[in-house]
Amino acid sequence: MTERTFMAGFGGQGIISLGMLWVYCAMKEGLEVTFFPFYGAEKRGGIARASVVVSSAEIASPLVTSPDSSIVMNEDSLPICEGVARTGSVMLINSSLVKSRPSRKDLCVVEVPCVELAEEIGDAKIANMVMMGALSAATGAVMLDHLESVLKSFFPETKHKFIPLNVRAIEAGQMAVAQKVSA
Amino acid sequence: MAEEKRLMKGNEAIGEAAIRAGCDAYFGYPITPQNELTAYMARYMLDSGRVFIQAESEIAAMSMVYGAAAAGGRAMTSSSSPGVSLKQEGISYACGADIPCVVVNVARAGPGLGGISPAQGDYFQSTRGGGHGDYYHIVLAPKSVQEAADLTYEAFGLAEKWRMPVMILADGLIGQMMEGVVLPAAVDPGARPDRPWCAGGRAGLAREANHVSSCILDPAGLEASVRARFERYERIAAERTRFEAVNVEKADLILVAYGTAARVCLGAIQAAAKEGLELGLFRPISLWPFPKDELARLAKAGKRFLTVEMSMGQMVEDVRLAVNGTVGGAVAAVDFFGRCGGVIPSEEEVLAEAKRIVDAMNASTAEPRSGSARR
Repeated sequence: MTERTFMAGFGGQGIISLGMLWVYCAMKEGLEVTFFPFYGAEKRGGIARASVVVSSAEIASPLVTSPDSSIVMNEDSLPICEGVARTGSVMLINSSLVKSRPSRKDLCVVEVPCVELAEEIGDAKIANMVMMGALSAATGAVMLDHLESVLKSFFPETKHKFIPLNVRAIEAGQMAVAQKVSA
Repeated sequence: MAEEKRLMKGNEAIGEAAIRAGCDAYFGYPITPQNELTAYMARYMLDSGRVFIQAESEIAAMSMVYGAAAAGGRAMTSSSSPGVSLKQEGISYACGADIPCVVVNVARAGPGLGGISPAQGDYFQSTRGGGHGDYYHIVLAPKSVQEAADLTYEAFGLAEKWRMPVMILADGLIGQMMEGVVLPAAVDPGARPDRPWCAGGRAGLAREANHVSSCILDPAGLEASVRARFERYERIAAERTRFEAVNVEKADLILVAYGTAARVCLGAIQAAAKEGLELGLFRPISLWPFPKDELARLAKAGKRFLTVEMSMGQMVEDVRLAVNGTVGGAVAAVDFFGRCGGVIPSEEEVLAEAKRIVDAMNASTAEPRSGSARR
């Protein structure tokens, strides 16, 4: 199994955190991982992208040029992701902010209202965690089980009080995709 | 027992590996894309009671490395391409004075200030003795975060054994990306080799003062010293040359690449295999000494080569030198594909180039091999 994911959004949306936590969870599940972020010099609002690979075998190129799954967190990222996505790949769209849809018909598009779901849980800032749950459910590449203990080893102790909130966000994302698939 | 796997940036893994290798003193100056390494050392060197100095310039940092290492310490500096250019004076002096130390170049795109994206345009500077005078030093090129840690850890011992700077040449992607890494155990400080040549530490000893210098004004004396150093280079080449070879016996066309470019090539090879096309990979790990004998052996076996670099073509010259004259007295064909300026070649374009060459090889099997190497 190799899942190559391209993540794109703007600075401040938590793209880098999303990618880093995704590969951390994958590593804890025994997978090989690479995470290559690239972002603008701006503190907020610049481009934020990540090439992320998780695999049961040694990973060749860390650069994702033909992704098996892509994450579109903002409107500007849609054409970029549409331009590189592999035929038949999964495209997860943050439908709270992205109003357009890809013109390509060879992609498996899944809409996830990340911001609305995050706000329902209590904080719009955890929209990225909703998306991570959705990515797990849509690809099955990283199971995100034992989530609580993995998050405890990832975050410093001062942040542990936010773990239940993050877990709820991730589960909401998983559920959102599961409902779409069964519908 | 091996430690638990950690998720680290290449830059951080290099820093931690250096600390575990017993680096006594680190001298640095900030530059992207190696800043996390300097920051890591700032945070953790002092914690373990060692020396960290952010110098006033790259030149000063390298000169401090020279001083600390001449006094017998394990010393290191790191920078990225424009900063490493500035360090060349100190590196030349260290080579002339046979001073062991570790220099890390997390390379970016040039020339000049260039850009901050990953590149491999520093191959010539690294492998040809980038400063003035007749010299070389060991250059090791990691392909992953794990290898960046392992090679850095090993570099200190190599530097002491061969009495020279060892350079870790990692492109910016290796420094910036995160991967799982199992770190080596911290070395026992008491297990270090004796350094009877080093300066200082004479208190209570009845020995003469040691002078650690590259200055020999008598031409015959200087020539003898340089010649002795070049004899040592021969022994290093015989002992230390390192490479990785993947599927080279089966494939007719072998991709030659190091660092990130080698990872991209591996992806292209896997994609080719799915289409029933056999490609090989030859990855030099020691860029100096260059693994020329193994390449020559493969060339004699009739292999063709496609060198892939994140530059306009630098290592390709070493590949051509290695295979020169080895195919029935003719020059074996060595092709080149490169992107530069911080652009990383994609698996897809490398595969397309490999296919183009294989098609041409198949079309011309009946014709004699071309005598010239194409770019």
